[in-house]
Amino acid sequence: MSRFRLIALLPIALLMGGCNFVVLDPSGDIAIQQRDIVILSVVLMLVIIIPVMALTVWFAWRYRSSNKEATYDPDWHHSTQLELVIWAAPLLIIICLGAVTWMSTHLLDPYRPLDRIAADTLVKPDAKPLEVQVVALDWKWLFIYPELGVASVNELAAPVDRPLSFRITSSAVMNAFYIPAMAGMIYAMPGMESRLHAVINNAGTYRGISANYSGAGFSGMHFKFHGMSDADFDKWVAGVKAGGGDLTRAVYLDLEKPSENVPITHYAQVDPVLFKAILNMCVEPGKMCMSEMMALDAKGGLGLGGVSNVMNIAYDKFNRRGGTTVLGGDQGFVIGLCSPEELVESGAKLSVVRTTPSTRLIGAGLPLPAFTPISSSATPFSAPFRPSNI
Amino acid sequence: MAVSYPVPTSPIFGRFTLDALPFHEPILVVTFLVVAVGGAAVLGALTYFRLWGYLWREWFTSVDHKKIGIMYMVLGIIMLLRGFADAIMMRIQQAWAFNGSDGYLPSHHYDQVFTAHGVIMIFFVAMPLVTGLMNYVVPLQIGARDVSFPFLNNFSFWMTTGGAILVMMSLFIGEFAKTGWLAYPPLSGVSYSPDPGVDYYIWALQVAGVGTTLSGINLICTIIKMRAPGMTMMKMPVFTWTSLCTNVLIVATFPVLTAVLTLLALDRYLGMNFFTSDFGGSPMLYVNLIWIWGHPEVYILILPAFGVFSEVAATFSGKRLFGYTSMVYATVVITILSYLVWLHHFFTMGSGASVNSFFGITTMIISIPTGAKIFNWLFTMYRGRIKFELPMMYTVAFMLVFVIGGMTGVMLAIPPADFVLHNSLFLVAHFHNVIIGGVVFGMFAGIAYWWPKAFGFRLEPFWGKMSFWFWVLGFFFAFMPLYVLGFMGVTRRMRVFDDPSWHIWFIIAAFGAFLILLGIVSFLVQIGVSILKREQLRDTTGDPWNGRTLEWATSSPPPDYNFAFTPVIHEIDAWWDMKRRGYKRPLGGYKPIHMPRSTGTGVILAGLSTAMGFALVWYIWWLAALCFVAILAVAIGHTFNYNRDYDIPADEVERTEEARTKLLTGQVTP
Repeated sequence: MSRFRLIALLPIALLMGGCNFVVLDPSGDIAIQQRDIVILSVVLMLVIIIPVMALTVWFAWRYRSSNKEATYDPDWHHSTQLELVIWAAPLLIIICLGAVTWMSTHLLDPYRPLDRIAADTLVKPDAKPLEVQVVALDWKWLFIYPELGVASVNELAAPVDRPLSFRITSSAVMNAFYIPAMAGMIYAMPGMESRLHAVINNAGTYRGISANYSGAGFSGMHFKFHGMSDADFDKWVAGVKAGGGDLTRAVYLDLEKPSENVPITHYAQVDPVLFKAILNMCVEPGKMCMSEMMALDAKGGLGLGGVSNVMNIAYDKFNRRGGTTVLGGDQGFVIGLCSPEELVESGAKLSVVRTTPSTRLIGAGLPLPAFTPISSSATPFSAPFRPSNI
Repeated sequence: MAVSYPVPTSPIFGRFTLDALPFHEPILVVTFLVVAVGGAAVLGALTYFRLWGYLWREWFTSVDHKKIGIMYMVLGIIMLLRGFADAIMMRIQQAWAFNGSDGYLPSHHYDQVFTAHGVIMIFFVAMPLVTGLMNYVVPLQIGARDVSFPFLNNFSFWMTTGGAILVMMSLFIGEFAKTGWLAYPPLSGVSYSPDPGVDYYIWALQVAGVGTTLSGINLICTIIKMRAPGMTMMKMPVFTWTSLCTNVLIVATFPVLTAVLTLLALDRYLGMNFFTSDFGGSPMLYVNLIWIWGHPEVYILILPAFGVFSEVAATFSGKRLFGYTSMVYATVVITILSYLVWLHHFFTMGSGASVNSFFGITTMIISIPTGAKIFNWLFTMYRGRIKFELPMMYTVAFMLVFVIGGMTGVMLAIPPADFVLHNSLFLVAHFHNVIIGGVVFGMFAGIAYWWPKAFGFRLEPFWGKMSFWFWVLGFFFAFMPLYVLGFMGVTRRMRVFDDPSWHIWFIIAAFGAFLILLGIVSFLVQIGVSILKREQLRDTTGDPWNGRTLEWATSSPPPDYNFAFTPVIHEIDAWWDMKRRGYKRPLGGYKPIHMPRSTGTGVILAGLSTAMGFALVWYIWWLAALCFVAILAVAIGHTFNYNRDYDIPADEVERTEEARTKLLTGQVTP
């Protein structure tokens, strides 16, 4: 390594030095494992890519037409041994990568509750994950802490080393919930609930974003994610509670209107069924919840009578960014028979079906995935609204 | 643009009002003036030199596959300028909008720019270039005189052009979609995108999609039914094989696109709720359907490029392609597998782990036949005598660049890795890596390779090499920073940024985009210089590269009928084989040749379809209905046109062939 070469590398080192490669140097156990997969796959593939690139350059140079010393064999076009090698070599790499893929995809399934919070630390059997309900709004993030009864906009805080369980949905269009330092992204979609289990291991403030384009205010749709010690987190919650503010459904309907670059807002109180109402798209008073509609439909529906149950007026949601159809008329909505609270009450008596295995998986010896028939969605709020690609 | 909804519609103009013209956007006004002045100059020149009749008779209404192929290429190159203008606007915006600056594009404009860039580059640049090359080369390679359905071919071209015209109209009349190039609902639904942008998107793609589907059917028929005697499937040139597979993909997938866009249109116009979140609709249904088309689409683009590289590698290595059989099987395997991977575009939408693993692993499996292909090109160079003409330079650059794109593609195919890389600039870098390194380099290689065949003179090498180096360096400067930014957790489609440490990388990427601009300019200069110097670059042999396949057996440019006598094939690399056996060109015994006659019906039908699309975008119902009825009437009327063919008399064939004989023996200079 000559001095000159070192000098030539200097600008690159300077460029790289000031950067935060958060994907390659994350602070949460899930993202760390995902990073490891990225690196492992690159190394595995370089085994074949580097020889191919070297051979390309070498052959191109060696067999250039001006080099009369190189062998010229215009009819050589087949070699069974070579064919075997060129099909087998990529195949072997892909077998390795395929095995890695199968295992890691199951281990790092965002729907699966955590078994470990770090490479050498298992989750304590009695540890209860902190649940956070995430709603992607136009164009800001709402975080509801159902156990604490507080909520915040564009600010998320969590204690370090405690398993986090996110329930994610969206009020209007598709977004993706992504905290690069903590874990990979997952889409937030209206009328559907997606899940993410993750943990943050280091205290600090991280960047959270929407990773899926959602309209005009998309660029400003990011939030601060604070990893905190337990004491700091308690302090933060106390601060939120002291700040006042009540996130009722009326306040929410105002909040979900499109707005850009929204400052951090805290709510000391939250309507306890708000998230379920958002998920079932029935925050507006009088509108039938999706779960109720599905339960009715599963029993055969309301028949012709159901038609008269559609209110033929456009309500705010459809006009949020503009239009109605030109020939289809205004979009109506179906009037609910029960209120969301009544639905939760009835739903609470029914057991929740879990489709993700809850047995501990440490990394070796995955059991075969059991076949789970798609559970009946006739029970209000019971079946998780998993996106339809099960 | 504070417009209240629902917008009132007038019975005559629909929802079109003068407000739809973007007088308030200075960038668009200037663009419009430039386009208007330039367009007026071109139209004026055409009128002044009395070229309209010539263009109409010899080009617009022509059913000759060669002329249609060239028109496709011209369309692709013109649209490349528009698509690239969008690209460089994005790069400037992203390099600008730091440190509190809002850049120079408001979201209303920027969001249209990135949507238009994707749509134009895929549908109206890559597709016309690929289709154009196939149209030009395939009939010549299989020793045919035209495609199976020459009128349909002309009609297909004009439908594609009609789609392109609709997209271009959206620039100055109304606006384009602000949804991203695949227009995911609910964002593309009428509730969230009430403007005419998504309607332009729908009808442009529907009109162009008809053309693409029909041209796919046409080329499949041509390849299956019109091969010269003796050319069994396993003696077809590799480019013809990849074209066959591409067209099978087109015919199998474009109807899916048509269906899904129809459903979206029904949602938007009639309130049918297929893809809304309310009333039992599912936006994920759209995402599945559009990617069932969308993933095969990338193979539709790359397979013909693979075909070009196969022809180029063999020709310029002076050597038969290594592993022809495994090349063919690799192509077929890729064709089939491309249907089994669509879900890898949305691992992060919450599919179960088993579903994700399945689609991840099928995706990786595609890299096996692709890897085999790379090795086959590699061993074609082995023990060859490689001449580094421009097409071969692109081939070597492709092999080096594409393997990087392949590697990052397999990384994205592993779901846990995709969770951190999806929708990031890493992903953007990956697909530009394979599309520029694969498709664009392939098309430039193909253009340089077949240009002498099409026009009778070679392309000038100096500006070609300039273009090559600007493209290759520009690619690395423009997209390697995006890989880096992906690892920094930066996602796509952002308009403004707040982290200053990203700034330098966006500046480097913008610099790369300017290098690519120089590459495009050099390419255009190359064409201009070549035309000026055509006498020095003239090729009288019809076989300037010592070619291997049948297209090099005929003159450059080929006569209308391609081959005076249909060749008989005994070997792979038919022309190479004929030359080796001491082929003598027959000099007499010509017979009249039966040929299809030109017709203007294709132009009229496509024009009416475009007008109907425009009417539907703006809710001008009377015009849409009128166009629909007119389309039916013209189409039915055309079935009564019995004047569809003619015979080129034997003495005309003789004159043409004698002229070539003189050329070949060097008696005259053209």
